[in-house]
Amino acid sequence: MMLIGLIVVLIAGGVIAWAAESRRAGTARWIALAAVVFDGGWLGWAGATGFGNSLGSRWLATVSYPWIPMFRISFELSLDGLSLVMLALTFFLGAIAVLVSWREITERVGFYFFNLLLTLAGVTGVFLATDLFLFYFFWELMLVPMYLLIAIWGHENRRYASFKFFLFTQLGGLLMLVAILGLVFFSGVHSFSYEKLLDTKLDPRTAMLLMLGFFVAFAIKLPAIPLHTWLPDAHTEAPTAASVILAGLLLKTGAYGLLRFVLPLFPYAAREFAPVAMTIGVIGILYGAVLAFAQTDLKRMVAYTSVSHMGFVLLGAFAFTAMAYRGVVMQMLCHGLSTGALFVLAGVLQERLHTRDLRRMGGLWAATPRLGAVALFFVLASLGLPGLGNFVAEFLVLAGSFRANPIATSLATIGFVLATVYALALMQRAFFGARAATDSIADLSPREWLIFGAMMAGLIYLGLFPDGVFRLLEHVVRAKSML
Amino acid sequence: MTGYDLLFLLPLVIVAGTVLLVMSSIALRRRHLLVALMSDAGFLAALIANLALLAADDGSHQVTALLIVDRSSLIFGALILFAGLIVTLLSYDYLKRRDERREEYYLLLLLAAAGALVLAGAAHFASFFLGLELLSVSLFAMIAYLRTRPDALEAGVKYLVLAGASSAFMLFGVALIYAQTGRLDFSALFMMRASPWLIAGLALLVTAVGFKLALAPFHWWTPDIYQGAPAPVTAFMATASKAAMVAALLRIAAPAGLDQQPRLWYALAAMSVISMFLGNLLALRQNSVKRLLAYSSIAHLGYVLVALLVGGTAGSQAATFYLIAYTVTMLAAFGVVSVMSAGETEADALETYRGLFWRRPFVAAVMTASLLSLAGIPLTAGFVAKFYLVAAGVRDAQWALVLVLIAASVIGLFYYLRVIWTMLSASDPAPAALPALSLIGGTVLAALVVALLWLGLYPAPILRLIGRVSGL
Repeated sequence: MMLIGLIVVLIAGGVIAWAAESRRAGTARWIALAAVVFDGGWLGWAGATGFGNSLGSRWLATVSYPWIPMFRISFELSLDGLSLVMLALTFFLGAIAVLVSWREITERVGFYFFNLLLTLAGVTGVFLATDLFLFYFFWELMLVPMYLLIAIWGHENRRYASFKFFLFTQLGGLLMLVAILGLVFFSGVHSFSYEKLLDTKLDPRTAMLLMLGFFVAFAIKLPAIPLHTWLPDAHTEAPTAASVILAGLLLKTGAYGLLRFVLPLFPYAAREFAPVAMTIGVIGILYGAVLAFAQTDLKRMVAYTSVSHMGFVLLGAFAFTAMAYRGVVMQMLCHGLSTGALFVLAGVLQERLHTRDLRRMGGLWAATPRLGAVALFFVLASLGLPGLGNFVAEFLVLAGSFRANPIATSLATIGFVLATVYALALMQRAFFGARAATDSIADLSPREWLIFGAMMAGLIYLGLFPDGVFRLLEHVVRAKSML
Repeated sequence: MTGYDLLFLLPLVIVAGTVLLVMSSIALRRRHLLVALMSDAGFLAALIANLALLAADDGSHQVTALLIVDRSSLIFGALILFAGLIVTLLSYDYLKRRDERREEYYLLLLLAAAGALVLAGAAHFASFFLGLELLSVSLFAMIAYLRTRPDALEAGVKYLVLAGASSAFMLFGVALIYAQTGRLDFSALFMMRASPWLIAGLALLVTAVGFKLALAPFHWWTPDIYQGAPAPVTAFMATASKAAMVAALLRIAAPAGLDQQPRLWYALAAMSVISMFLGNLLALRQNSVKRLLAYSSIAHLGYVLVALLVGGTAGSQAATFYLIAYTVTMLAAFGVVSVMSAGETEADALETYRGLFWRRPFVAAVMTASLLSLAGIPLTAGFVAKFYLVAAGVRDAQWALVLVLIAASVIGLFYYLRVIWTMLSASDPAPAALPALSLIGGTVLAALVVALLWLGLYPAPILRLIGRVSGL
């Protein structure tokens, strides 16, 4: 019941926030925050109490109702360690996104928070669904509110960005739909239940084609080269909170899809495809880093670093080792926090300077030392400083992938060097050098401290005590028979 | 024919009876409200009778040689009557604002619905032709009903000429088929070995069907006539008339399946592919909402044809569900156009809709829901319909058709987003005043949206109903 409750709370919160805002301004954000925090607390409480006695089984919690019996589709949600970790990230970043929007959004506030919470509800559904139809349903459901967030509250070029985002994702989604249907009909299972579809026998050629259908959908979302072009536009034009959710959560649904569906459903086809996927991953790491260095728009730069970081996910996911698998999940969490924080930073700067153009920044350290220090922290996290979560993640991915594909992995390590280059370039251009303007700008407010402080704490915790996450994943990693 | 048989034709009898009632009422005294109420009561009674027959589940009944009453004809009958009911309400709202002799309009609407019902239940080329003509003749008068508007007249004449031509094609085709088989009932059609004359007859028949369904390359009339006709008439044309024709097509093709005639199959496949691409591509740059929806409907009938080409039970069921979802969606979309149309002008230009989200949130939400349904996004009926369609295609391994369908859908998404975008963006110059949303208009739109979401969220009951359409 709790699994349905998590989604219902978000949707209900969105509706109530919308309704309340029209009665009394300023209530929507409190309601939105309450809904997300409530979900986070509920999840944490359930996690602490161990989900009853179900810790020994594959799923910590599961719920299933018949939905469209004609097609053997059921409303089936299940939670395992992987989902739990992703949901924790969802509610954490959800709360951050609400806090970020606190002052930034001044128009149509109620409708804004409605869309924000609906996106979160869709993401939550994606991380929980274990019926393939239901998964597709939530996968598509995330799209519309996110489109509206970009289209209504985005920046200058929002029309182009929002259309591109929607069309790319929809194309991937439809290919995935065909692959889902192909899997259901050709495996002879004739059910959309994830559990029943595991370990089905398919002839290799069919399996490869179906696997590619899934892969393309997830690669678009991830994004992987050359399907990444929607990402810089969408991230750049979205309002800050939507950028945080895009980078922190929507990209993760692609990575999650790879881990949850592509690898377990098509173990042999995925192995066969691994060299290609790993190569795409490495190209992404290098290409994203080089392009990030060349950007002059701060948000665009951060967006390209996402492409680079997500390359590690692709590399590690197709390495088929337990170590790389742990690294991939870690990378998803840490990238969500560090890149999310960099987008918040870009939002904070834009609010103060009214520009995202790095050429018009510079010398900000003197004016806002605290902001500078915070920026330095997250930039260092992004380049993989030991002690912070990203280092653990990328180290595990590289160490775990080396055995599987030494050449690709060796090339990927160059990404570390490039990351240092773009990260320091960002600091240099924005915070050091000569100050472009002389008017004074405010340093961090308490609310911004809260946001950044929470994200810093998260990254430090993940960097120093990654074992907490790994323990949750233990069952998932062991259940993957092909490791 | 016995009285018992007549029971199965009850919906048709009620509609025909209402025609007589409305006619005599107009002869006595012109009262718009009364006539509209009578028509609506007629549609409602017929719909209830239809649903009662559907619930009774009495299998298939041949009523005379001409008509057949089975699940398929009853489901499509219910759809036609539902569309008639909605269109009557929309029309009342629409005509109230205009100076016309309004009463005869309802007569034509009822006649058109009766024609559609006959077409949906036709088992014989005679009833097929009768139904088709009754529908077409009533429609062309309805299209040109607002005589003072030049584009309505132009559209009416265009429809008259083209519908006449397509009827002629059809008659010739039927004559050729009759010359070969010696019979006029549908079941005889596929029993013969293909001879050149039979093929020619089928080709002519396909031309007429293609015209009525606005499939490419017989689609040229659609945008002009959709644009010229009053919005409620367009709604009826886009839904009930298409539903009736698809029902007839299913019945013609069903006994043996289209793949018994490979040449026919390939011809229809080509029509389907061209319709999907052309419809969506030509809609991309439209600045008229009615034209845009017209091109969209061309593409959607192309999708439906995919289901027919897949054939078998799965194909028929997918096509039936698609038509249900499409009807509800198109009624909602044209319903919005209809309630937005004030005075002499129609709310046709895309610019009319600029900023609608912030000025009329409810109407804009209805439009958005129907556009998303046309695009096949979850929560809406269109999503389940498209899912059903792709499922049927994949199950039958029709990869080429499925991939074309997907590519075309993605193209289609673009112009739906364009309309949504326009409704979202702020209107800079002070916009013209919008007509007030009447109680009737609001209620109809709300009901349609509820139906749209219900079909999208919990389609199981309707699917179960369709699921029993076996052996089509």
